Amino acid sequence: MSGTGPRESIFPTRMALTNTKTRLKGAQTGHSLLAKKRDALTTRFRAILRKVDEAKRKMGRVMQLASFSLAEVAYATGDIAYLVQEQAKSASFKVKAKQENVSGVVLPAFEVDRVPGTDFNLTGLGRGGQQVLRSKEVYAKAVETLVELASLQTAFMILDEVIRATNRRVNAIEHVVIPRLDNTIKYIMSELDEMDREEFFRLKKVQGKKKRDADAAEAKRKADLAEQGADPDSVPLPVEPELADDGEAANLLSSKDNDVIF
Amino acid sequence: MATSAPSKDRNLLAVIGDEDTITGLLLAGIGQVTPDQKKNFFVVEAKTEAHVIEGVFGEFTKREDIAILLINQYVAEKIRPTVDKYQQAFPALLEIPSKDHPYDPSKDSILKRVRKLFGE
Repeated sequence: MSGTGPRESIFPTRMALTNTKTRLKGAQTGHSLLAKKRDALTTRFRAILRKVDEAKRKMGRVMQLASFSLAEVAYATGDIAYLVQEQAKSASFKVKAKQENVSGVVLPAFEVDRVPGTDFNLTGLGRGGQQVLRSKEVYAKAVETLVELASLQTAFMILDEVIRATNRRVNAIEHVVIPRLDNTIKYIMSELDEMDREEFFRLKKVQGKKKRDADAAEAKRKADLAEQGADPDSVPLPVEPELADDGEAANLLSSKDNDVIF
Repeated sequence: MATSAPSKDRNLLAVIGDEDTITGLLLAGIGQVTPDQKKNFFVVEAKTEAHVIEGVFGEFTKREDIAILLINQYVAEKIRPTVDKYQQAFPALLEIPSKDHPYDPSKDSILKRVRKLFGE
């Protein structure tokens, strides 16, 4: 009946038993909490997943639009690629990262941060300047969509990692920690039972020996008295198991002790 | 596997793509050239070789000030193994379509991971 399988090596006492039981309870509570957390995260994960899918398709369309507007510019103004590349000095379009807390997980989110006033003046793009401006706006919108998408995607990847880790912990508790504690408890209980049995056996043996000693002493006393010629029955017995309360060491076993259950 | 928060200085977008994509995005204002001539965009032409692109990709991902890395999908195709191995949370990698190659969800590395997760 002792625990098969791995258990902790621990000295089997009643206090150890109580401690281990408390730990087992703690492990079970922890397990259910982590499972709940994992489920909440998974729900959130699926929601984000759907959003990511949608956003990616939207992005496809938005970029398409933006490309068209650029084609219009090329048509009206000619190739501006070189000019634009040359004029890129300081980014007017930046992102700010802010933290969001989603059921205990800190997720970053990107926020568009447009620095006004540092837009290059579109010198050399006089003819068709309006087209260029329009294209700029379309692309700006496109980038905003992209930033949103990037936020979702990072959130998604981080959540993925966290869910994996939580899942690992849940499984570890369920398949390793709790069985070990169970086995330890079974072992301690079986050891305690064994110790009780041994104690019982020992007491019985001692009781038996005391009884034999008492009988031997009684026989000897009778023999002595018979030798002296007295009547064995008239001399009061110094020891009477049922009535003893004179506190002799030999009678400890015959006095009724409430603690002893046999 | 440090999924730590981005530092305060991560605020740029970077682009690896063909000329038209770069032009448009620079027009929106994401371009930056530091005094030591470091750009946050890289123009990929038809003859650019994969290892050059991989080099730039590695460089951009190591930079501390880039928050989002945009890459054309067909360029990502050229360096697909590198892109698939990319696991960092920052900078966020985003595959965008180009004029000649419209967006194909089946090739996106992020969506591929997702599909693997769900077994669809």
